[in-house]
Amino acid sequence: MEPTELERIARQIRLRDLQAVYEAGAGHIGGEMSVIDILTALYFRVLRVWPDQPKHPERDRFVLSKGHTACALYVTLAKRGFIPEEEISTFLQPHSRLNGHPNNNKVPGVETNTGPLGHGLPVAVGMAKAAKLSGAKYHTYVITGDGEMQEGSNWEAIMAAAQFGLDNLTLVIDHNRFQQGAALADTNDLAPLRPKLEAFGWEVTEINGNAMSEVVPALEHRSSRPHCIVAHTNKGHGISFMQDRVDWHHKVPSKEQYDLAVAELSEAI
Amino acid sequence: MNAPVSTAKLHDCRDAFAATLEKLAENDETIVAVCNDSVGSSKLGGFKSKFPDRLVNVGIAEQNMVGVGAGLANGGRLAFVCGASPFLTGRALEQIKADISYSNANVKLVGISSGMAYGELGPTHHSIEDFAWTRALPNLPVIAPCDRIETAAAVEWAASYDGPCFLRLSRVGVPDLLPANHKFELGKANLLRDGSDVTLIANGTLTHRMMKAAEILAGQGISARVLNLATVRPIDEEAIIAAAHETGAIVTAEEHTIFGGLGSAVAEVIVEHAPIPMKRLGVPGVFAPTGSAEFLLDEFGMRPASIAEAAVTVIKRK
Repeated sequence: MEPTELERIARQIRLRDLQAVYEAGAGHIGGEMSVIDILTALYFRVLRVWPDQPKHPERDRFVLSKGHTACALYVTLAKRGFIPEEEISTFLQPHSRLNGHPNNNKVPGVETNTGPLGHGLPVAVGMAKAAKLSGAKYHTYVITGDGEMQEGSNWEAIMAAAQFGLDNLTLVIDHNRFQQGAALADTNDLAPLRPKLEAFGWEVTEINGNAMSEVVPALEHRSSRPHCIVAHTNKGHGISFMQDRVDWHHKVPSKEQYDLAVAELSEAI
Repeated sequence: MNAPVSTAKLHDCRDAFAATLEKLAENDETIVAVCNDSVGSSKLGGFKSKFPDRLVNVGIAEQNMVGVGAGLANGGRLAFVCGASPFLTGRALEQIKADISYSNANVKLVGISSGMAYGELGPTHHSIEDFAWTRALPNLPVIAPCDRIETAAAVEWAASYDGPCFLRLSRVGVPDLLPANHKFELGKANLLRDGSDVTLIANGTLTHRMMKAAEILAGQGISARVLNLATVRPIDEEAIIAAAHETGAIVTAEEHTIFGGLGSAVAEVIVEHAPIPMKRLGVPGVFAPTGSAEFLLDEFGMRPASIAEAAVTVIKRK
């Protein structure tokens, strides 16, 4: 699938995500808007997955370590055929399998349960190591938030991935520069990320994570070492009044804001 | 003061764990051992020499170790994640909850040198909270074998069980208690000695002390039943309720704080189903003073004679 088609799908996913968060009255819309281009490229171009066989042994593994942006994953999985699209309307409803953080025992396509930060990368290292042991050809992808990289467990995993020579692992850091309470720079500034990952023995690519023409080749790149994509993104990308505003980490739009956001996202569909 | 509790030959259950794991790994190429620089203390040296590629040493990084275990399971490997119990369960508890228990990852967590096995190294190295932490989690059987026979049987069971579990092992020597052909059954207590006046319930390093206490009680004309309760969760409610009805008094002993461990688990059953006099022996909610594991068990009232005294006291409350 070509970048322009992927961009069209990403806009549709943004629109459905916005609607789901608005209707549920909760969600993490800022970080969802920043990561949706990467999710779209993964599920509609890069990942070898079979929605009718979500446990296929040869499937590429994907872990959304920033599990609080589950709604974006659910919408993407639904659009790709893992779950019914109409089920998105149950997001956060009582007994829905679509709760605020993804559950692998209930939602096809989810590999491991995330939510507490700093969990996905160690699990992804285990997945990639398993492939090395078994000879399986699948590739493992994991997305973390940039604030999430403050969790020490990630750096334990980064060390191990290099030590194990995991050339079948790609980490994408959604570098939207904001965490829940403030800008990364004002909290515990990890930027620049590149030299830190390089110092640990990883190959690093920096891209505009909201530009499909840069996202796709970076995800498809194969390295002789573990590969980290520092994806420079915008929190709230695609919705002008949300963009790069920390208060949109998990704020819910009013009716007026919702209508405005729908109008902006609908323009190009 | 601290004469050996048992004159029988004592065995380090880690040897049974390692030998069983190596035997299983010979016939199952999916088995991997994951450790945190603990090759020696987890007795994985033999495994490493036989299966060097299948020993995944993540270094001193317990959170990563547990996450890696979950990922290995996702990739079709049968991972035994081994580390000193205080660090495996304490440092990585959130990983055990989210990555293993909640995610239902087929990972076998093996807590080595649990309880006060590290004795003189002090409370940082004691793991006397791990029953409480792990048994609070759904979907995670918690098992503390009482001898090398039960250890080997539990490891075999764990390899065949499709789901996560926590095996709590010690390095403190214990005598053989179960028959050589013992087969481990999850959630089933073992009746080691029948009796009618009181029931002594324990697991791990305390079971053989209970057997000694029962002998002492027999000398006083008191008939004590001894139950080995390796599985703390799911707990054998039937055996506990029967013990309450048939003996009318229960004493538990554990190498663990009395808050939330084996005694608490038994008390939960008793309170809801068959209220009778009961006494919980264990670490009474303090950080232990300096001393070996055996010294500390004696110090905290779990010398066989002290257990017998506790039994006499609880019988009087009937």
